[in-house]
Amino acid sequence: MTDVAVRLENAVVMQHDFPLLSGVDFVAPVGSLSVLTGANGAGKTSLLRLLGGLVPLASGQGTVVGLSLNGDDRRALRRRVGWLGHEGSFYRDLTVRENLVFAARALERPLEDIAPALERVGLSARTNTLTKSLSAGQRRRLGLAWLLVRRPELWLLDEPYASLDDEGRRFLDDLLADVLAAGATVVLSAHDPLRSAALVPQTYRLAGGRIVESS
Amino acid sequence: MIRVAWLVARKDLAIEARSRVLLWQVLPFGALSLLLSGLALGPNDAGKSTSAPGLFYLVTLFTALLMIHRASELEHTSGTRESVATLGLDPAGVFLGKTLALTLELWVTGIVLLAGSVLILHTALIGTVHALPSVLVTLGAMGAAGTMYGALTAGVDGPATLLPILTLPAFAPLLVAGERSFSAALHGGALWEWWVIVVVALVGYLAVGVLLYGVLEES
Repeated sequence: MTDVAVRLENAVVMQHDFPLLSGVDFVAPVGSLSVLTGANGAGKTSLLRLLGGLVPLASGQGTVVGLSLNGDDRRALRRRVGWLGHEGSFYRDLTVRENLVFAARALERPLEDIAPALERVGLSARTNTLTKSLSAGQRRRLGLAWLLVRRPELWLLDEPYASLDDEGRRFLDDLLADVLAAGATVVLSAHDPLRSAALVPQTYRLAGGRIVESS
Repeated sequence: MIRVAWLVARKDLAIEARSRVLLWQVLPFGALSLLLSGLALGPNDAGKSTSAPGLFYLVTLFTALLMIHRASELEHTSGTRESVATLGLDPAGVFLGKTLALTLELWVTGIVLLAGSVLILHTALIGTVHALPSVLVTLGAMGAAGTMYGALTAGVDGPATLLPILTLPAFAPLLVAGERSFSAALHGGALWEWWVIVVVALVGYLAVGVLLYGVLEES
């Protein structure tokens, strides 16, 4: 069991009376890369949110990083996963560094990790820039720096490649390769298949809140 | 819990210091509202002075609603909510931190509006100074209640308009007690019973917030 980061059995997530996920079976080994594809509304983001403890499991079984999704303490789970949404995910009126200091202090991580994280994502020169002044691509990089500082066991990335140029895609591919090599597990959603030959993902296609194909 | 509270309070205050919404938007709004209230009452100084405590708290209520909405909005911009949620912060600490930051901002506003009351509504300076402690405690209770209601309304449609409807019943006893204690400070009369109401409300809202803020956030 310890080599499995995520295991879902017949997982159902409801929003009011509407099923966002309607019986998903999903397994992600530790250190693996899983890519969720599918049309808008297929359930990709809902599945990521379930894995992040952001929405409750209505029925079925699930464990994420060894913690049950059927338990009440989703906060313990949240501390061990990292989330990157496709929109700006930070306090806009704080600087790049202030946002990272907040995340590091919240999780009692050393502040010394911030400078290397900014260096890794290429934002060292924007340390004191207000987050609202960053471009969309730079905010995405800040989100990745936030995760590097946090060092979560499970990375949940909601359409991280959206609106990235080729250079940005290569940067993200390289970063994911490093993260996977370090032993973290990554689950991401994407509209298109990954292009990098260095990344060998398990790909799942969702439709109507179910996984309809895997490869 | 205290560590998280301090972290969240510092963050909210840093955002406020950077954005200067309080300085350039809320305070001018409060000052203008106070000025218009004084103009609406006419030039009779004595008449204005007896109405001043009520007008002060009415204007304070308007400005407080703006600040509560803004404080809760900070946490609910798209994407921020998920990123911060996955930090797994202690909800009681978040509540106390946001309450502390909001209360400090309300205190700044309250002190400016009290000065405005002296200048515009012609309240007695000594009496106004005597009212300051009760004003600060009342604003603390409003900060605690406002933080809870801000979290409650943040996830629904039309939070800016729903917030006043939900908070006014909670604020009503505070406003009445605050107005009475301000009047007593200006014109004489028993103060302590109004103090008891405000202090009990402050302790009650803090206790409920510490216990239930996590539930409100999840809802």
